[in-house]
Amino acid sequence: MAPGQYSMDAKQHTMSPVVTGATVIGMKYKDGVILAADTLASYGNEARYKDVCRLKKIGEYTLLGAGGEISDFQYLSNLLDELADEDWLHEDGCSMGPKEYSSYIGRVMYNRRSKFNPLYNQFVVVGKKQDQAPHLMYVDHQGTAFEEDFVATGFGMHLGIPLLRNNWRPDMSLDEAKALVTKCLEVCFYRDCKAYCKIQIGVCTGTTVEISPPTTINHFWGHGAWTERRLEETSDSTGTW
Amino acid sequence: MDCITWSPAGRILQVEYAMEAVKQGTPVLGLRSKACVVLVSFKRAQSELAQHQQKIFKIDDHMAIGISGLTADARVLADYMRNECLNHRYVYDAAMNVGRLVAQVADKSQQKTQNSSKRPYGAPCPHGSKHTLPRGLAVCAGCAGCRGVGFLSVCWQESAGKVGLLVAGCDEKGPHLYETCPSGNYFESLGSAELQRSNLRRRYYAMAIGGRSTSAKTYLEKHFADFETADVDALVKHGLEAMNKTTSSDQSLTTKNTAVAVMETGGKYRELSSDELQKVIDSLEKKAEDEPMPDEPTPAAESAESAAPMDTT
Repeated sequence: MAPGQYSMDAKQHTMSPVVTGATVIGMKYKDGVILAADTLASYGNEARYKDVCRLKKIGEYTLLGAGGEISDFQYLSNLLDELADEDWLHEDGCSMGPKEYSSYIGRVMYNRRSKFNPLYNQFVVVGKKQDQAPHLMYVDHQGTAFEEDFVATGFGMHLGIPLLRNNWRPDMSLDEAKALVTKCLEVCFYRDCKAYCKIQIGVCTGTTVEISPPTTINHFWGHGAWTERRLEETSDSTGTW
Repeated sequence: MDCITWSPAGRILQVEYAMEAVKQGTPVLGLRSKACVVLVSFKRAQSELAQHQQKIFKIDDHMAIGISGLTADARVLADYMRNECLNHRYVYDAAMNVGRLVAQVADKSQQKTQNSSKRPYGAPCPHGSKHTLPRGLAVCAGCAGCRGVGFLSVCWQESAGKVGLLVAGCDEKGPHLYETCPSGNYFESLGSAELQRSNLRRRYYAMAIGGRSTSAKTYLEKHFADFETADVDALVKHGLEAMNKTTSSDQSLTTKNTAVAVMETGGKYRELSSDELQKVIDSLEKKAEDEPMPDEPTPAAESAESAAPMDTT
């Protein structure tokens, strides 16, 4: 069913997402974990909302990045805020870290897919709790969950992962890490019609969790191959693809 | 009479009677240092033909309880706690916070004190004292335990119930020792210095519950200052030394009637093997001949001739 349409039949759960986010890139670096996403929420193929933050701080040590249905992301955000509030209410100084939150998200996602009513998202959960090792987990709408050194969601799985495979090192500095995730999102912006040039970067260091304000990445569309009008003139087209 | 009916003197007698059950049990005690927590129990055999009754129950890799009072009540609570820990591991892939589980158990216990058709779980006043006070936040200044330095400064007498739990465990804030009462009260020992500043809850370096535990508490009160920095072996030694004080003159600690469980920060629950236990028992001070008898009368259940009203351990 096309986005935005709804069924006249008996009860039917969401068969496809409506307002969606695309790529999220997450990776570990020397002192923590980094997470990046653009700020676009698309309505089908329309670039509908261009200032949506798809990164969310959970508790004290954890960041969540969401691709897929934005409303489901907002719903899950509320669940997670409730958990964080509970920690605060106990007043015992204990709070959950990325390991606990990512496991919880995985259980929620699997539970919902088992009811044939999934939350339509791919999540990247990252975090670092004090001196513990950095944690990075991918969770999707089917409840698949795994830990990795770097992950990407959406089109970034195809366009970002090759860059990460070639360039990622465990001992990257924060600046190198920022440059690499920015590069991934830049490539996505050139090729993915649901990507955008405004991005945000979140960093977990073990003591702090920060999400940068939106910044615009550099982009250039004047390459000769892209401006020449020859696509419609030849039968064996040599366009950019 | 049910447990929601006040006595003319303003007391909830059913809750106080429940406390009596605990005093017929054998003692169990817990000690805490900054790195580990130890439970020591003295077990009774129901008959010559039976094994000694278990008093320490492992709840999870990081948590255990020691009980005094009705074993049946304790088993229900142990079941509940184990379930909660397993659920927590399933959902969060992590060990459950000890204090929060104790609070849940206390909530469960409290509910039984406010419903006429329910019977409170059997557990003790922390000191098993006989001072009875009006229900509410009454301060008991009378019993020896309450006067002890480093222990509770107040004792809520309403905490009478039917099983006493000492809950010991380690979590992200280090080792903890808690006591729950059937009234819904719970008390905790806080592990870290930062938390000890919090005034919200009482803290224990050690605690003993059950019949004749007063003698053990006297020992613990004398030595608790050393516990914070003690290592596992020293803590176990202190525990058995204290337990030794509770035995009557014709009894002694053996590897059969004694059990010791240890939980260290970052480590897993373990019980001392009988070899390890024997070594510590051998190193205990010999009982002095002229040592005064414990100030509480030996419970009737201790003598072979008369049976306890209910089986308690």
